[in-house]
Amino acid sequence: MSNKVVQAMYNDDDILMDAVKEVRAAKYHIEEVYTPFPVHGLDKAMGLKGTRIAITAFLYGCVGLVFSIWMMDYMMIRDWPQDIGGKPSFAFIQNMPAFVPIMFEMTVFFAAHLMVITFYMRSKLWPFKEAENPDPRTTDDMFVMEVIVDGNEDELVSFLKKTGTVEIKVTEKH
Amino acid sequence: MSSHYEAPIRRPLIVGDKNYHDISVDVAAPVEGKANKLWWIAFSIALLAFLWGIGAITYTIGTGIGVWGLNKTVGWAWDITNFVWWVGIGHAGTLISAVLLLFRQKWRMGINRSAEAMTIFSVIQAGLFPIIHMGRVWNAHFVLPLPNQFGSLWTNFNSPLLWDVFAISTYFSVSLVFWWTGLLPDFAMLRDRAVRPFQKKIYGLLSFGWTGRAKDWQRFEEVSLVLAGLATPLVLSVHTIVSFDFATSIVPGWHTTIFPPYFVAGAVFSGFAMVNTLLIIMRKVSNLEAYITEQHIELMNIVIMITGSIVGCAYITELFIAWYSGVEYEQYAFLNRATGPYWWAYLLMMSCNVFSPQFMWFKKLRTSITFSFIISIVVNIGMWFERFVIIVTSLHRDYLPSSWTMFSPTFVDIGIFIGTIGFFFVLFLLYARTFPVIAQAEVKSILKASGEKYKKLRDGNHE
Repeated sequence: MSNKVVQAMYNDDDILMDAVKEVRAAKYHIEEVYTPFPVHGLDKAMGLKGTRIAITAFLYGCVGLVFSIWMMDYMMIRDWPQDIGGKPSFAFIQNMPAFVPIMFEMTVFFAAHLMVITFYMRSKLWPFKEAENPDPRTTDDMFVMEVIVDGNEDELVSFLKKTGTVEIKVTEKH
Repeated sequence: MSSHYEAPIRRPLIVGDKNYHDISVDVAAPVEGKANKLWWIAFSIALLAFLWGIGAITYTIGTGIGVWGLNKTVGWAWDITNFVWWVGIGHAGTLISAVLLLFRQKWRMGINRSAEAMTIFSVIQAGLFPIIHMGRVWNAHFVLPLPNQFGSLWTNFNSPLLWDVFAISTYFSVSLVFWWTGLLPDFAMLRDRAVRPFQKKIYGLLSFGWTGRAKDWQRFEEVSLVLAGLATPLVLSVHTIVSFDFATSIVPGWHTTIFPPYFVAGAVFSGFAMVNTLLIIMRKVSNLEAYITEQHIELMNIVIMITGSIVGCAYITELFIAWYSGVEYEQYAFLNRATGPYWWAYLLMMSCNVFSPQFMWFKKLRTSITFSFIISIVVNIGMWFERFVIIVTSLHRDYLPSSWTMFSPTFVDIGIFIGTIGFFFVLFLLYARTFPVIAQAEVKSILKASGEKYKKLRDGNHE
């Protein structure tokens, strides 16, 4: 199977949205869309599934909460209990109110950082990562839709030309 | 165009005849251009102040904190005042980017990047003070619960000072990743525009290879929303915990249940004032008046007015409760605060924080750029004095009249404070020349809804 893709460029988000809907209606497969800013409703129009990253954040937060409870229970109650200022730390439940601020902070710390790390890993973002956008203008004012060539190439190109594209390119996708 | 509808009554957030490319050009201009003379002068002054501060810190560490003006009655003074002041300033960034995101306030987009930068830079300044105040800074890691050679003597999790360590470090690191995640698309824009290979390399490195795929944007928006949801209670918790440093003690004047909300309001108040100070200058110097409009400044002035009034209510409440409590120590602490030897500081605090924001009720004044700038400076001075008043006046006349004394700062106290102001401006000036100072990707996404050109086009059609 060939790895040929057609890159259709648009200079307006509304034209792009209509084009995405038309291409999908014509049963062509949209490989990718690159946009300079978040275009609302584009993911739905492309048929992308919703992201589950918020769920991971919740789970990470739970981990942080449990970790902080374990940590403070171990350090303050079990490993080295002390009588600080006449307030002995011999029972977790009695000391618990003083642990609430750090329980909260650790929950937020774990949820935020692990979620962002998950996002960076899943979207392949890290230092020294080479950018893969097909055209430097896609971070400025160009919207690029990549459609896989599957069958008649000329037919696809002429179809895309009618969707309001300003530039069109056929390339090999690696 | 229907999907970009915005009520005609809303004023445009992007003025002038801008298209997507114009936004890229305008945001990249300060980065791609050369620094002018004014920038170099400002930078040199800031750098000198910073170096002076480094000298003062070195002297403190080498000799001990005896070189400060502290004495056995007043054990906390400028250091903690400066700490709380800087942390407070650091609150506006997260408030603008997180709380205003949750409330879907589009006007945050012109200012959130710089406000977050200000947050990060000021939290760095804040963090310096508790560390220097430890005296033996080489033992600073003792605040962390690390296994150690004393048979694992752990930190005291009952102490509000330790809560502060966790709160400030969580706040700093979460703000940093929030800021950086938002920066990725904008760094990518600079990378793709860069002509010189060195610039291309640097911005390529900073942008983490951002490409703007539809799936990445979907995740980006979800991550921003969840981070905003996490950062909102976080920002409230941080200053709450800072206020616990005082409120959980049994010192009259500190031991007050009103402290958490009162400190948070004060933090937002001073933070917005600092954002106004910085952005009024930056929009002019970097030609960003189309994105940071008069409307933005007016809205920030309204926030300053409201939070200033909340702070004013808190001052009055404290006085009332001190009298109503019937506790004579409490009553004396507040009487002494207002009429004692530090009456001038109290008066300065009251006039800067309670009186001066009331001018913002007048539309003419809150839309005046010069006046807004002056008030923003006044508020920052007032908020510094608020912390000074709370800390020093509560301590200097304690339970034992024989140990009553006064506090006066030494040149080292002053040097460190000036040094942190210098450090802050060194960071901010570098930021203003190398970072995309406006969240251009987000601004582009509201251009059709809130851009002046598009609004005119659309509203014209309806009539």
